[in-house]
Amino acid sequence: MNSFQLHQPKDLGSAASFANSGGDTRFLAGGQSILASMKLGLASPDAMIDLSLVPDLKSISVSNGVVKIGAMVKHADVAANAEVQKAIPALAELAGGIGDRQVRNMGTLGGSLANSDPAACYPAAALGLGATIHTDKRSISADSFFLGLYETALEAGEIITAVSFPVPEKAAYVKFKNSASRFALVGVFVSKGSQGVRVAVTGAGSCAFRATDIETALAGSWTAAACNAVKMTSDNLNGDLHASAEYRAHLIPVIAGRAVAAAK
Amino acid sequence: MSVNVTMKVNGQSVSATIEASMTLVEFIREHLRLTGTHVGCNTSQCGACTVHINGRAVKSCSLLVAQAQGAEVLTIEGLAAANGDMHPMQAAFKEHHGLQCGFCTPGMVMSACELKGKLVDPTDEQIRASIDGNICRCTGYQNIVTSVKAGLAAMA
Repeated sequence: MNSFQLHQPKDLGSAASFANSGGDTRFLAGGQSILASMKLGLASPDAMIDLSLVPDLKSISVSNGVVKIGAMVKHADVAANAEVQKAIPALAELAGGIGDRQVRNMGTLGGSLANSDPAACYPAAALGLGATIHTDKRSISADSFFLGLYETALEAGEIITAVSFPVPEKAAYVKFKNSASRFALVGVFVSKGSQGVRVAVTGAGSCAFRATDIETALAGSWTAAACNAVKMTSDNLNGDLHASAEYRAHLIPVIAGRAVAAAK
Repeated sequence: MSVNVTMKVNGQSVSATIEASMTLVEFIREHLRLTGTHVGCNTSQCGACTVHINGRAVKSCSLLVAQAQGAEVLTIEGLAAANGDMHPMQAAFKEHHGLQCGFCTPGMVMSACELKGKLVDPTDEQIRASIDGNICRCTGYQNIVTSVKAGLAAMA
C-alpha cells in the first residue's frame, strides 16, 4: 500500500473540509473494499479521511413506517437489530448475508452504497425499497443514486450520513452467490407496499438497477409464475467466466420468483 | 505520514508511532512480534489473520492500525490462561484434531470463539455457514466443525 495522509476528524464539518483540501482524497468507512483496492494498486489516494470517530452516523431508528440507519452502522449490527428484524426482515437478512462474518463486523451501509460495487447487496435493498440516501448536503432518492460501475450521484467530498428505508408490506432478497467470492452472481430484492411494486437487481449490470418488466408483471399478479413469464434481454448485462450475460438474464426472473415466494 | 496509536493487545497497553498505511496484522506480527496471527491471502478471503477487536472477529489484514485506535485487541496468544492452560476452543481443536497443516488454525479458533452465545447447540450446517470467512486449504473441515461444536459446548 502506498503511503497517504490520514485524517481522523471528530465531526462532519471537519471531515468535509479535509475532503476539499485537494488531491485524490477518499473517505474510509469500514475499509472492506477500499483497503483491498489499495493493496492491489487499483486505488492510491493521497489522503484518507477516517469517518469512524464522527458521531451521529451510527444510530438505527424505526418510526412512522421508516427504518433509518446511520451510514457508519456495520452490517452485523443491522442484521442483529431487533427493530430492523421486525420492521423489514428482508433488510436484516440481507445485511446478515453480505460477505462473511468478519467482513460484516467492519463493513458499513454508507461505504457499500458509496462504492456502488456492481455485485454488492445493499444497493439492491436501497433500490428495491425505494430508499432515500441522506448526505451532509441533501437527500437523494435511490432511483437517481446509482449511475454506473462504481459511480454514484455523490459529488466529490459529499458524505452519506444515513439512509431511510420505507417499511414495505412484504419484501425479500435472494442472492445466487458466486461460490468463490460470495458476491451476487445475481441478487434480486423484491418489495410491495407504499412505494409500489419494486424489483431491484444486483450482480447483473454495471450497477444495481430496477427490472421494470418484472415489476409490471408482479403488479398484475404477485406470484413467482408472473416473474418466470418475463423474458429479460441480455443486452448490457455482465458476462464473465462465471456466467454469461444470457445466463444472468435467465437467472433474474428465476431469482425474482424465488424472492416473491419467500417475501414476508 | 506517521500516526500515533494506542490500544490494548491481549490486556496490555501498547503505544506506537507507525505509518498510516500499516495494516493491523503487520503491526501485530512485525511490531509486536506476535506471530501467531497468520497472513494467508492478504486479500480478506482466507481469515487466517482473524483477531478480535472489542470482542468482534475481524480480518486484521484488512484494517489499518489506526482503525483499532483505543480498541481492545485479542490475538491467539491472548486466549490461553496465564498458567498455560489452553482455552476451551484451543483444547477442542487439539482433542478433535481440528487441523492438518495448522496454518489456518489461529484464525479458525479466533473466529469460532466469537460464536459464543450466538450459536446455541448448533447444527453442522450452521457452524459451516458461520465460519465461511475462514478457509482451510487442506480442506480439513470435518474435524474443524467437530472441534467448533465441542469448543462452543465447553464455553457455554
